[in-house]
Amino acid sequence: MRFSRRSFVSGTAASAALVILPIPVAALDLSDDVAAHIDDILDGRDPREGGIELDAPAVAENGAQVPLTIRVDSPMSEDDHVTAIHIIATANPAPGIGSFHLTPHLTRAEVFTRIRLAEEQEYLVIAELSDGSVLQAAARTAVTQGGCVT
Amino acid sequence: MSTMSTPRIRLPGSASEGEEIEIRTLLTHPMITGVSSDDPRDMLTRFEARMNGETVFAYDFENGSAANPTFTFFIRAAAPGEFTFTWTHEDGQSVSAEESVSIS
Repeated sequence: MRFSRRSFVSGTAASAALVILPIPVAALDLSDDVAAHIDDILDGRDPREGGIELDAPAVAENGAQVPLTIRVDSPMSEDDHVTAIHIIATANPAPGIGSFHLTPHLTRAEVFTRIRLAEEQEYLVIAELSDGSVLQAAARTAVTQGGCVT
Repeated sequence: MSTMSTPRIRLPGSASEGEEIEIRTLLTHPMITGVSSDDPRDMLTRFEARMNGETVFAYDFENGSAANPTFTFFIRAAAPGEFTFTWTHEDGQSVSAEESVSIS
């Protein structure tokens, strides 16, 4: 499973600079450290797969500055909006990348930032919704030069 | 900590009430975690965007946040359109920028 996905990624990476490459979170091989970090965020809730678009390079030249756009399918209304978006690394020295906090003043649940990836790896995005439900998605980015997490 | 530099903010100068506006922010900062070098830790902990005094968007930094943190997000413009952007360091110091969008 792991190797077939890896060869698929390396095969398609050359032809696409920017891709949306969802990976089922259930397919990820998570360390205890990463799993504990995710459990802290989920706090007993059962996340649904999908509803999140990740826009990131399949291959990043510089792991210290990897552009990432996250789009969650949400009307961002008072009654139905995204309250938080967490980004989690699976192969950095520490799993935490950062957490967005959103409000219905936003017109869309779309955010952009830059993240650090110490090496080629999968990363997870977990979105918390105002009704208490949780969405999750994952993507993989290869790194030409590791983002030394100084 | 390193000296906090001047934030760079990009937003429209004017907008209609309720119109979507795109906001881009950038703060030059090394974001040193102290994990893989001898340099002492030098990290921001939080970014907050306020519109007319109310927090509308925020971010908690962790070790995987890149140096020179940048954000893009989209806000529904409300009068009077006074924005404050604040970056807070782990040591408690902060730097802010204020911007106005004229709402018609």
